[in-house]
Amino acid sequence: MSQLVFIAFQDNDNARYLVEAIAEDNPEAEIQHQPAMIRIQAEKRLVINRETMEEKLGREWDVQEMLIDVISIGGNVDEDDDHFILQWT
Amino acid sequence: MAVKSKKLNLKDKYQYLTRDMAWEPTYQKKKDIFPDEDFEGIKITDWSQWEDPFRLTMDAYWKYQAEKEKKLYAIFDAFAQNNGHQNISDARYVNALKLFLTGVSPLEHAAFQGYAKVGRQFSGAGARVACQMQAIDELRHSQTQQHAMSHYNKHFNGLHDAAYMHDRVWFLSVPKSFFDDARSAGPFEFLTAISFSFEYVLTNLLFVPFMSGAAYNGDMATVTFGFSAQSDEARHMTLGLEVIKFILEQHEDNVPIVQRWIDKWFWRGFRLLSLVSMMMDYMLPNKVMSWSEAWEVYYEQNGGALFKDLERYGIRPPKYQDVANDAKHHISHQLWGTFYQYSQATNFHTWIPGKDEMDWMSEKYPETFDKYYRPRYEHWAKEHAEGRRFYNNTLPQLCQVCQVPTLFTEMGEPTKLSHRQMKYEGERYHFCSEACCDIFKHEPEKYVQAWLPVHQIYQGNCEGGDVETVVQKYYHINIGEDNFEYVGSPDHKRWLSIKGKSSDDKTERAKRDAA
Repeated sequence: MSQLVFIAFQDNDNARYLVEAIAEDNPEAEIQHQPAMIRIQAEKRLVINRETMEEKLGREWDVQEMLIDVISIGGNVDEDDDHFILQWT
Repeated sequence: MAVKSKKLNLKDKYQYLTRDMAWEPTYQKKKDIFPDEDFEGIKITDWSQWEDPFRLTMDAYWKYQAEKEKKLYAIFDAFAQNNGHQNISDARYVNALKLFLTGVSPLEHAAFQGYAKVGRQFSGAGARVACQMQAIDELRHSQTQQHAMSHYNKHFNGLHDAAYMHDRVWFLSVPKSFFDDARSAGPFEFLTAISFSFEYVLTNLLFVPFMSGAAYNGDMATVTFGFSAQSDEARHMTLGLEVIKFILEQHEDNVPIVQRWIDKWFWRGFRLLSLVSMMMDYMLPNKVMSWSEAWEVYYEQNGGALFKDLERYGIRPPKYQDVANDAKHHISHQLWGTFYQYSQATNFHTWIPGKDEMDWMSEKYPETFDKYYRPRYEHWAKEHAEGRRFYNNTLPQLCQVCQVPTLFTEMGEPTKLSHRQMKYEGERYHFCSEACCDIFKHEPEKYVQAWLPVHQIYQGNCEGGDVETVVQKYYHINIGEDNFEYVGSPDHKRWLSIKGKSSDDKTERAKRDAA
């Protein structure tokens, strides 16, 4: 059986960079555009890397900044200073 | 590049500002300080194993929450200044907000009270901090929802006395009793009920597809508070999952207790969300996703992945999930059909869906809509056109546990009413389903105390014996303004005048006739 993790963001300017970074670091992820939101799902694992985000934004970025634009998640969370990971083990 | 200032990493910061702020008591016994920690039979051997994956500390919490609030209130202001209510898809949509404000927002406040209470009851510091933050979040949600909808209250009926109605109106006893049940349970059951079963497994169905639908119907204020609330929800959901894993890892004796709570609270939440099924399928004039599609994505798919992950602890999916999965083809229609008949006693209006909407439902519910539900609407529309708008004057039989009228049907038998009954200490009790009957059997002494609105009316506890007196005096519903059919209501007339049409408008009448 397929075991998907997912994350949903508000469809706003901040999220544009998050979605770009996620698409780059998780080439298998499926990105769904819905009214006012963007939902991204992937098999078993999805990662947001601080380094990729900082490249996209051209500034320092704290992983916890994603808390402002996130709508919902599915999966076990593993967060530290360098990444935010959703996974089913 | 600037040299990074030396600061603590996330893990250390969390350790210092959370766990290290707690202390071991010396002049009082721990058991006396946290007296409710044991009585449910949950065994905790080591609180230090508690994980908070977000590692959010109070300073960061205030920083991010302040930013969310600033964004949110800027949108509320813009919405009000630009008369945003005039740009929604149709005024029928506002009826979903009436249900939200009376049914959901008071639950946010109940959640605030619940987390403030259990946050005091755990001896582990990590759990206390997480509950404290969630309590503040829930209070924020209750407040922002009331602020967002106060603008609608200036222009539409039925939004004037939500908290008062929540404690009295018949269908609002469904959400109210849900949270009262959770809050009167022990602290671990409360977390399993609300953090895990409700927040993690089920709230996505309300706050994600419904809010996306609000956006699609032009309501920027609601979608913004919805998503802003849900951004806290991401943290709450993570807490919910960690709570379950923590309890299960602490002791194998906890597994059967937690399994029973999951069975119970999945079902309680599923019954509560039947209100959302109706909001999605019937109260959003512009449709985004059907209830059955939302159920497939957010329960069958996401819930399936979750319960597969929990298998290793000896946890299986909720006992009655097959019944819930089958019901996705029916509940929104069965519930709307019921509210249609009882609009004389609600603070919102109902209506027969238009032709396009019914066609959409035929497409989304190919196995059930045309066969079981369309004929009923066509009959009622015909009656209405002939001057006999149908209202049911018999008060419904309520389920002793979920308090929803016994209106649902048996799994696989959509024409057979689902009903169970049993005797307990000489009294007979009625239930909407095997699942609710099961819940009763395990804690009959709790559920015999249920405050059932219909029984209370018949016992004379609601200011009168007839529906009109109860509705007006006891519920504070303004008769002829807040209740009854949407077509021809003051809200409908107001909307037509906003849009520069009169209520005699030919196209409106034609539309009504077509329905």
